[in-house]
Amino acid sequence: MRLDLTHIQRWIEPDSKVLDLGCGNGEFLQRLYTERGVRGLGLEIDPNEITAAVARGLNVIEQNMDAGLDNFPDQSFDTVVMAHALQAVHYPDKVLEEMLRIGRQGIVTFPNFGHWSCRFYLGTRGRMPVSRFMPHNWYDTPNIHFCTVTDFETLCAERGIRILARDMVGNTERKPLLASAMPNLFAVTAIYLISR
Amino acid sequence: MNTSRIGVVTPSRARFSEPLLLACGRTLSEYELVYETYGELNADRSNAVLICHALSGNHHAAGYHSAEDRKPGWWDECVGPGKPIDTNHFHVVCLNNLGGCHGSTGPASVNPETGQSWGPDFPSLRVRDWVHSQARLADHLGIDCWAAVIGGSLGGMQAMRWALLYPQRLRHCVVIASALKLSAQNIAFNEIARQAIQSDPDFAGGHYLSKGLVPAQGLALARMVGHITYLSDDAMASKFGRDLRSGTLEPGTELGAEFQVQSYLRHQGSRFSNNFDANTYILMTQALDYFDLAREYGNDPVAAFREARCSFLVLSFSTDWRFSPGRSREIVNALIAADRSVTYAEIAADGGHDAFLMPIRRYLDVFSAYMQRVREPH
Repeated sequence: MRLDLTHIQRWIEPDSKVLDLGCGNGEFLQRLYTERGVRGLGLEIDPNEITAAVARGLNVIEQNMDAGLDNFPDQSFDTVVMAHALQAVHYPDKVLEEMLRIGRQGIVTFPNFGHWSCRFYLGTRGRMPVSRFMPHNWYDTPNIHFCTVTDFETLCAERGIRILARDMVGNTERKPLLASAMPNLFAVTAIYLISR
Repeated sequence: MNTSRIGVVTPSRARFSEPLLLACGRTLSEYELVYETYGELNADRSNAVLICHALSGNHHAAGYHSAEDRKPGWWDECVGPGKPIDTNHFHVVCLNNLGGCHGSTGPASVNPETGQSWGPDFPSLRVRDWVHSQARLADHLGIDCWAAVIGGSLGGMQAMRWALLYPQRLRHCVVIASALKLSAQNIAFNEIARQAIQSDPDFAGGHYLSKGLVPAQGLALARMVGHITYLSDDAMASKFGRDLRSGTLEPGTELGAEFQVQSYLRHQGSRFSNNFDANTYILMTQALDYFDLAREYGNDPVAAFREARCSFLVLSFSTDWRFSPGRSREIVNALIAADRSVTYAEIAADGGHDAFLMPIRRYLDVFSAYMQRVREPH
């Protein structure tokens, strides 16, 4: 289980209804179901991931977020989760607004492009960073909208989105003191609980 | 490709003498349904699956009718041991619908009141009439609740109607390449098919049987136009292209050339006209045209689906323009808005509408994965 998903779990109420945007093979939704009795629905576009999620007994809808989410009624889910997909959608701001229209609360995780190693890479080599967390070249990356922790919080402020809680994951799994103290510089992954 | 391990199957027949009140207001005093079953019914009768056939289908979904039979049943790719509808685990029932021409009571049957074949006087049927008659077949077989009701195209419409009319009698509903209702374009194609049949002089106003005639030309034409709409442009291009069956297009010859696609269509048409009853074709296309899942729910499919209690799997195929993915998404969106359990996949396939009958890897995989869940009752 990816570390960010473990963090997310505690913000999700038992027996609630969760929409997972970009649910992959459904590992997270299945865990929410078995551990918290959560009624989940996943959105996914990768055919093999969809089959894998269906094989887990999950409900999945093949749908591209970039084509809109207006088929989901207002406030029809307790929580809408989008883990590590914000940077890959065409209109991140619109997806955030949609998440909070559909769900009572939203949970967003993304890789922090402001991390010191990205800055160092770009600063010293003058090239777009490629690392274990960002393994793609600039021309073939699905990550078309990288942002930093500060960028994200600025957007939330501009759009009247409330940040209810945030969690920062650093380079190691030990207590992320640096990542929590100076997230824009030291957080590898940023995790937010948001609402209107 | 796939060799069916169901082997030779023998159809069964059930007779119903309790009158069936039809949507048109008329009553069938008695009728017969012919059906096939594959796989064993388990002790608590919880593993039964109903397959509803499409426009030109019948009860013979899988296996062979004799050792010499060259072609298996129409859905043999999906029904059998190790296939999505796995007969090692499910007891599968497939019937010829009322009004059909493969053994169940229909226009070619004898009207007990006149002693003559019904012909065009056979009552007009709606999808719901089929569902009610299928429910009686379930009673007859001792099946209180289907593990799943499954259908493609017109069969998917029956499956959805089941979910609304008998919500307690199915746990899952599988709707493949179907729609909430036909579009004007779809109805138009059906009208061409009916006109082709009705304008054949041998149709004789529907009384061809009593006159010893067969409107073969009209039926063939109806099938040809239908068949084109079941294929995609790409599928026809890759199957036939502009290949010639005979003749040449070289200058200097006056003899006409014949394209492969022409001969293929004629073959399909003539084969169909030998195996299908014209009045049944008209009846089935009308049932298709008249179907509108949400009409009596204030034309609101969300309100309609609130009646349902089962889980849904909806599948569509990318190049299907007769029942396009957009039509399936309307079903899915209504189910989402009605807060029903639904899974949806859009299969990339070049086979057009007929793709639902084909062994497409991803289709079989996701269908199998879902049926796995049907096997494990919650």
